[in-house]
Amino acid sequence: MTSDNPKPWEEGTPVPLYVITGGEGSSAKTFDLVTLIATRSAPDPSMQPEQASILTMCEYPLSVAEVSAYLSLPFSVVTVLLSQLVDDQRVEAIAPVPVAAFPDRGLLEAVIHGLRRL
Amino acid sequence: MDYADSDTLRAPGRRETDLLLPHGARGVKVVVVGGFGVGKTTMVGAVSDIPPLTTEERMTQAGVGIDHNPGVTGKNTTTVAMDFGRISINEELILYLFGTPGQERFWFLWNGIFEGALGAVVLVDTRRIEVCFEIITRLEDRRVPFVVAVNTFPDAPQYPLPELRTALALSESVPLVTCDARDRASCRDALLSLMVYLCTLAAQETA
Repeated sequence: MTSDNPKPWEEGTPVPLYVITGGEGSSAKTFDLVTLIATRSAPDPSMQPEQASILTMCEYPLSVAEVSAYLSLPFSVVTVLLSQLVDDQRVEAIAPVPVAAFPDRGLLEAVIHGLRRL
Repeated sequence: MDYADSDTLRAPGRRETDLLLPHGARGVKVVVVGGFGVGKTTMVGAVSDIPPLTTEERMTQAGVGIDHNPGVTGKNTTTVAMDFGRISINEELILYLFGTPGQERFWFLWNGIFEGALGAVVLVDTRRIEVCFEIITRLEDRRVPFVVAVNTFPDAPQYPLPELRTALALSESVPLVTCDARDRASCRDALLSLMVYLCTLAAQETA
Protein backbone atom coordinates (compact mmCIF):
# COMPACT_ATOMS: atom_id res chain seq x y z
CA MET A 1 0.00 0.00 0.00
CA THR A 2 1.44 3.34 -0.94
CA SER A 3 1.02 6.49 0.99
CA ASP A 4 0.74 10.06 -0.12
CA ASN A 5 2.38 11.17 3.06
CA PRO A 6 5.27 13.35 1.95
CA LYS A 7 7.00 13.17 5.31
CA PRO A 8 10.20 11.16 5.30
CA TRP A 9 10.34 8.05 7.43
CA GLU A 10 11.65 8.93 10.83
CA GLU A 11 14.21 6.36 11.91
CA GLY A 12 14.03 7.16 15.59
CA THR A 13 10.34 6.54 16.10
CA PRO A 14 9.10 3.75 13.85
CA VAL A 15 5.99 3.29 15.98
CA PRO A 16 4.04 6.44 16.74
CA LEU A 17 3.72 6.74 20.48
CA TYR A 18 -0.07 6.99 20.32
CA VAL A 19 -0.08 3.42 19.03
CA ILE A 20 1.63 2.28 22.22
CA THR A 21 -0.83 4.20 24.38
CA GLY A 22 -3.81 2.78 22.46
CA GLY A 23 -4.70 6.20 21.13
CA GLU A 24 -5.39 7.62 24.52
CA GLY A 25 -3.36 10.57 25.46
CA SER A 26 -5.44 12.87 27.53
CA SER A 27 -6.74 10.76 30.38
CA ALA A 28 -3.44 10.33 32.20
CA LYS A 29 -3.84 10.53 35.95
CA THR A 30 -1.46 12.56 37.99
CA PHE A 31 1.74 10.63 38.37
CA ASP A 32 4.85 12.03 39.90
CA LEU A 33 8.29 10.90 38.73
CA VAL A 34 8.63 9.13 42.08
CA THR A 35 5.12 7.69 42.38
CA LEU A 36 5.80 4.02 43.10
CA ILE A 37 4.08 1.40 40.99
CA ALA A 38 3.34 -2.00 42.52
CA THR A 39 1.91 -4.92 40.54
CA ARG A 40 -1.38 -6.31 41.81
CA SER A 41 -2.08 -8.98 39.18
CA ALA A 42 -0.03 -11.20 36.89
CA PRO A 43 0.23 -10.25 33.21
CA ASP A 44 -2.04 -12.16 30.88
CA PRO A 45 -0.97 -13.26 27.40
CA SER A 46 -3.36 -11.00 25.57
CA MET A 47 -1.80 -7.89 27.01
CA GLN A 48 0.24 -5.43 25.07
CA PRO A 49 3.98 -6.15 25.63
CA GLU A 50 4.68 -2.79 27.26
CA GLN A 51 1.95 -3.27 29.84
CA ALA A 52 2.95 -6.88 30.46
CA SER A 53 6.53 -5.68 31.04
CA ILE A 54 5.32 -3.16 33.58
CA LEU A 55 3.49 -5.86 35.52
CA THR A 56 6.58 -8.06 35.55
CA MET A 57 9.05 -5.35 36.51
CA CYS A 58 6.85 -3.80 39.21
CA GLU A 59 6.47 -6.99 41.16
CA TYR A 60 8.81 -5.06 43.42
CA PRO A 61 7.71 -1.44 43.44
CA LEU A 62 9.45 0.89 41.02
CA SER A 63 9.05 4.60 40.46
CA VAL A 64 7.39 5.88 37.29
CA ALA A 65 10.79 7.32 36.34
CA GLU A 66 12.32 3.84 36.53
CA VAL A 67 9.51 2.30 34.49
CA SER A 68 10.09 5.01 31.87
CA ALA A 69 13.83 4.28 31.88
CA TYR A 70 13.49 0.50 31.64
CA LEU A 71 10.91 0.70 28.85
CA SER A 72 12.81 3.49 27.05
CA LEU A 73 9.56 5.38 26.71
CA PRO A 74 8.91 9.04 27.51
CA PHE A 75 7.46 9.80 30.91
CA SER A 76 4.14 11.02 29.50
CA VAL A 77 3.65 7.84 27.46
CA VAL A 78 4.33 5.70 30.52
CA THR A 79 1.80 7.63 32.58
CA VAL A 80 -0.90 6.85 30.00
CA LEU A 81 -0.03 3.13 30.12
CA LEU A 82 -0.06 3.26 33.90
CA SER A 83 -3.43 5.04 34.01
CA GLN A 84 -4.94 2.15 32.10
CA LEU A 85 -3.34 -0.39 34.43
CA VAL A 86 -4.53 1.50 37.50
CA ASP A 87 -8.08 1.66 36.05
CA ASP A 88 -7.95 -2.09 35.48
CA GLN A 89 -6.65 -2.54 39.05
CA ARG A 90 -3.62 -4.38 37.77
CA VAL A 91 -1.19 -2.04 39.50
CA GLU A 92 -1.33 0.19 42.52
CA ALA A 93 0.11 3.70 42.37
CA ILE A 94 1.64 4.79 45.66
CA ALA A 95 1.91 8.56 45.91
CA PRO A 96 5.24 10.05 47.04
CA VAL A 97 5.76 11.14 50.61
CA PRO A 98 3.92 14.46 50.78
CA VAL A 99 6.38 17.30 51.28
CA ALA A 100 4.89 20.47 52.65
CA ALA A 101 6.64 23.82 52.49
CA PHE A 102 8.74 22.49 55.35
CA PRO A 103 9.16 18.73 55.35
CA ASP A 104 8.39 16.60 58.34
CA ARG A 105 11.23 16.32 60.84
CA GLY A 106 10.82 12.56 61.15
CA LEU A 107 11.21 12.19 57.39
CA LEU A 108 14.36 14.33 57.36
CA GLU A 109 15.86 12.38 60.23
CA ALA A 110 15.16 9.10 58.46
CA VAL A 111 16.89 10.41 55.33
CA ILE A 112 19.87 11.67 57.35
CA HIS A 113 20.15 8.34 59.09
CA GLY A 114 19.95 6.49 55.77
CA LEU A 115 22.55 8.71 54.10
CA ARG A 116 25.01 8.29 56.96
CA ARG A 117 24.98 4.56 56.32
CA LEU A 118 26.10 5.06 52.71
CA MET B 1 16.91 0.57 12.09
CA ASP B 2 18.66 -1.42 14.68
CA TYR B 3 17.23 -3.36 17.54
CA ALA B 4 19.89 -2.56 20.07
CA ASP B 5 17.22 -1.27 22.42
CA SER B 6 14.83 -4.15 22.01
CA ASP B 7 16.18 -5.83 25.14
CA THR B 8 14.84 -3.02 27.22
CA LEU B 9 11.37 -4.48 26.85
CA ARG B 10 12.59 -7.47 28.78
CA ALA B 11 11.64 -6.80 32.34
CA PRO B 12 14.62 -6.08 34.54
CA GLY B 13 13.19 -8.45 37.11
CA ARG B 14 14.28 -8.72 40.67
CA ARG B 15 17.23 -6.62 41.61
CA GLU B 16 19.30 -7.01 44.70
CA THR B 17 18.40 -3.61 46.08
CA ASP B 18 14.73 -4.52 45.83
CA LEU B 19 15.05 -7.32 48.32
CA LEU B 20 15.05 -4.71 51.05
CA LEU B 21 11.88 -3.19 49.75
CA PRO B 22 8.53 -4.55 50.84
CA HIS B 23 5.31 -3.23 49.41
CA GLY B 24 4.28 -0.09 51.19
CA ALA B 25 7.48 1.85 50.57
CA ARG B 26 7.23 5.42 49.36
CA GLY B 27 9.36 7.65 47.21
CA VAL B 28 10.81 11.07 47.87
CA LYS B 29 13.02 13.17 45.62
CA VAL B 30 15.92 15.55 45.65
CA VAL B 31 17.05 17.45 42.58
CA VAL B 32 20.63 18.11 41.51
CA VAL B 33 20.70 21.10 39.23
CA GLY B 34 23.52 22.82 37.40
CA GLY B 35 24.84 23.84 34.01
CA PHE B 36 25.86 21.49 31.24
CA GLY B 37 28.85 19.31 32.11
CA VAL B 38 29.03 20.35 35.74
CA GLY B 39 28.89 16.77 36.99
CA LYS B 40 25.22 16.20 37.82
CA THR B 41 25.11 12.66 36.47
CA THR B 42 28.47 11.89 38.06
CA MET B 43 27.11 12.99 41.41
CA VAL B 44 23.90 11.00 40.99
CA GLY B 45 25.95 7.93 40.04
CA ALA B 46 28.31 8.36 42.98
CA VAL B 47 25.60 7.95 45.62
CA SER B 48 23.00 5.83 43.79
CA ASP B 49 22.34 2.17 44.62
CA ILE B 50 21.94 1.51 40.90
CA PRO B 51 23.80 2.84 37.86
CA PRO B 52 22.09 6.08 36.79
CA LEU B 53 19.01 5.59 34.63
CA THR B 54 17.55 8.00 32.13
CA THR B 55 13.98 9.13 31.79
CA GLU B 56 12.96 11.41 28.99
CA GLU B 57 10.17 13.65 27.95
CA ARG B 58 9.11 14.91 24.56
CA MET B 59 9.08 18.65 24.38
CA THR B 60 6.58 20.03 21.93
CA GLN B 61 4.87 23.40 22.23
CA ALA B 62 6.96 24.37 25.21
CA GLY B 63 10.00 24.78 23.00
CA VAL B 64 8.36 27.14 20.55
CA GLY B 65 10.26 30.38 20.40
CA ILE B 66 12.99 29.00 22.60
CA ASP B 67 14.60 26.27 20.55
CA HIS B 68 15.57 27.70 17.23
CA ASN B 69 16.04 25.18 14.52
CA PRO B 70 16.56 27.28 11.42
CA GLY B 71 16.26 25.19 8.31
CA VAL B 72 14.61 22.32 10.13
CA THR B 73 10.95 22.42 9.29
CA GLY B 74 8.50 19.85 10.54
CA LYS B 75 10.58 19.14 13.61
CA ASN B 76 8.30 20.06 16.45
CA THR B 77 9.49 17.71 19.17
CA THR B 78 12.70 17.66 21.13
CA THR B 79 13.61 15.05 23.66
CA VAL B 80 14.88 16.17 27.01
CA ALA B 81 16.58 13.50 29.06
CA MET B 82 17.12 13.43 32.79
CA ASP B 83 19.45 11.09 34.62
CA PHE B 84 18.49 9.80 38.02
CA GLY B 85 19.49 7.36 40.69
CA ARG B 86 18.01 5.92 43.83
CA ILE B 87 19.07 5.38 47.41
CA SER B 88 17.16 2.95 49.60
CA ILE B 89 16.95 4.92 52.83
CA ASN B 90 15.12 2.29 54.84
CA GLU B 91 12.40 -0.27 54.30
CA GLU B 92 9.80 2.42 53.86
CA LEU B 93 11.62 5.12 51.99
CA ILE B 94 13.41 5.44 48.67
CA LEU B 95 15.24 8.66 47.89
CA TYR B 96 15.41 9.48 44.19
CA LEU B 97 18.01 11.89 42.96
CA PHE B 98 17.33 13.68 39.67
CA GLY B 99 20.00 15.48 37.69
CA THR B 100 18.27 18.36 35.93
CA PRO B 101 19.73 20.60 33.26
CA GLY B 102 19.81 24.21 34.37
CA GLN B 103 19.72 25.75 30.91
CA GLU B 104 16.93 28.18 30.36
CA ARG B 105 15.20 26.18 27.69
CA PHE B 106 14.70 23.26 30.07
CA TRP B 107 13.05 25.29 32.75
CA PHE B 108 9.61 24.30 31.52
CA LEU B 109 10.35 20.89 32.97
CA TRP B 110 10.86 22.23 36.41
CA ASN B 111 7.24 22.36 37.45
CA GLY B 112 6.88 18.61 37.65
CA ILE B 113 10.35 17.97 38.97
CA PHE B 114 10.33 20.35 41.89
CA GLU B 115 6.78 19.67 42.94
CA GLY B 116 7.06 17.67 46.13
CA ALA B 117 10.87 17.62 46.09
CA LEU B 118 12.60 17.90 49.46
CA GLY B 119 15.06 20.37 48.04
CA ALA B 120 17.89 20.86 45.59
CA VAL B 121 21.65 20.75 45.37
CA VAL B 122 23.02 23.39 43.01
CA LEU B 123 26.25 22.07 41.55
CA VAL B 124 28.75 24.75 40.59
CA ASP B 125 31.79 24.74 38.32
CA THR B 126 34.02 27.67 39.33
CA ARG B 127 35.02 28.13 35.68
CA ARG B 128 31.42 28.89 34.73
CA ILE B 129 29.96 30.40 37.81
CA GLU B 130 27.59 32.68 35.87
CA VAL B 131 25.43 29.68 34.93
CA CYS B 132 24.29 29.49 38.54
CA PHE B 133 22.87 32.97 38.93
CA GLU B 134 19.67 32.22 37.09
CA ILE B 135 19.33 28.80 38.66
CA ILE B 136 19.60 30.26 42.14
CA THR B 137 17.14 33.05 41.33
CA ARG B 138 14.74 30.52 39.92
CA LEU B 139 14.94 28.29 43.00
CA GLU B 140 14.42 31.28 45.29
CA ASP B 141 11.37 32.36 43.27
CA ARG B 142 9.92 28.91 43.58
CA ARG B 143 10.81 28.69 47.26
CA VAL B 144 12.72 25.47 46.74
CA PRO B 145 15.24 25.09 49.58
CA PHE B 146 18.72 24.46 48.26
CA VAL B 147 22.37 24.17 49.15
CA VAL B 148 25.24 25.06 46.82
CA ALA B 149 27.97 22.50 46.22
CA VAL B 150 31.13 23.53 44.40
CA ASN B 151 32.41 20.62 42.35
CA THR B 152 36.18 20.54 42.81
CA PHE B 153 37.41 19.86 39.30
CA PRO B 154 41.18 19.33 39.47
CA ASP B 155 41.85 21.98 36.82
CA ALA B 156 39.30 24.51 38.02
CA PRO B 157 40.44 27.57 39.94
CA GLN B 158 40.04 27.21 43.70
CA TYR B 159 38.51 30.13 45.55
CA PRO B 160 37.90 30.47 49.26
CA LEU B 161 34.25 29.74 50.03
CA PRO B 162 33.50 33.23 51.45
CA GLU B 163 34.70 34.70 48.16
CA LEU B 164 32.44 32.34 46.22
CA ARG B 165 29.54 33.20 48.48
CA THR B 166 29.99 36.86 47.62
CA ALA B 167 30.38 36.08 43.92
CA LEU B 168 27.17 34.05 43.96
CA ALA B 169 25.37 36.71 46.02
CA LEU B 170 24.33 33.89 48.30
CA SER B 171 22.64 34.66 51.58
CA GLU B 172 24.58 33.69 54.72
CA SER B 173 21.94 31.16 55.68
CA VAL B 174 22.31 29.00 52.56
CA PRO B 175 24.93 26.29 53.05
CA LEU B 176 27.86 26.42 50.64
CA VAL B 177 30.08 23.33 50.50
CA THR B 178 32.74 21.87 48.27
CA CYS B 179 32.39 18.39 46.91
CA ASP B 180 34.00 15.95 44.53
CA ALA B 181 31.16 14.69 42.33
CA ARG B 182 33.06 11.44 41.72
CA ASP B 183 33.35 10.63 45.39
CA ARG B 184 30.52 8.83 47.17
CA ALA B 185 31.31 10.13 50.65
CA SER B 186 31.74 13.66 49.38
CA CYS B 187 28.38 13.63 47.55
CA ARG B 188 26.71 12.03 50.54
CA ASP B 189 28.00 14.88 52.69
CA ALA B 190 26.59 17.43 50.25
CA LEU B 191 23.20 15.72 50.49
CA LEU B 192 23.52 15.62 54.27
CA SER B 193 24.18 19.36 54.33
CA LEU B 194 20.89 19.82 52.46
CA MET B 195 19.02 17.63 54.97
CA VAL B 196 20.53 19.39 57.98
CA TYR B 197 19.64 22.73 56.37
CA LEU B 198 16.05 21.54 55.87
CA CYS B 199 15.92 20.56 59.54
CA THR B 200 17.07 24.07 60.46
CA LEU B 201 14.41 25.62 58.25
CA ALA B 202 11.75 23.35 59.76
CA ALA B 203 12.88 24.26 63.27
CA GLN B 204 12.72 27.98 62.45
CA GLU B 205 9.24 27.52 61.10
CA THR B 206 7.94 25.82 64.23
CA ALA B 207 9.82 28.14 66.62
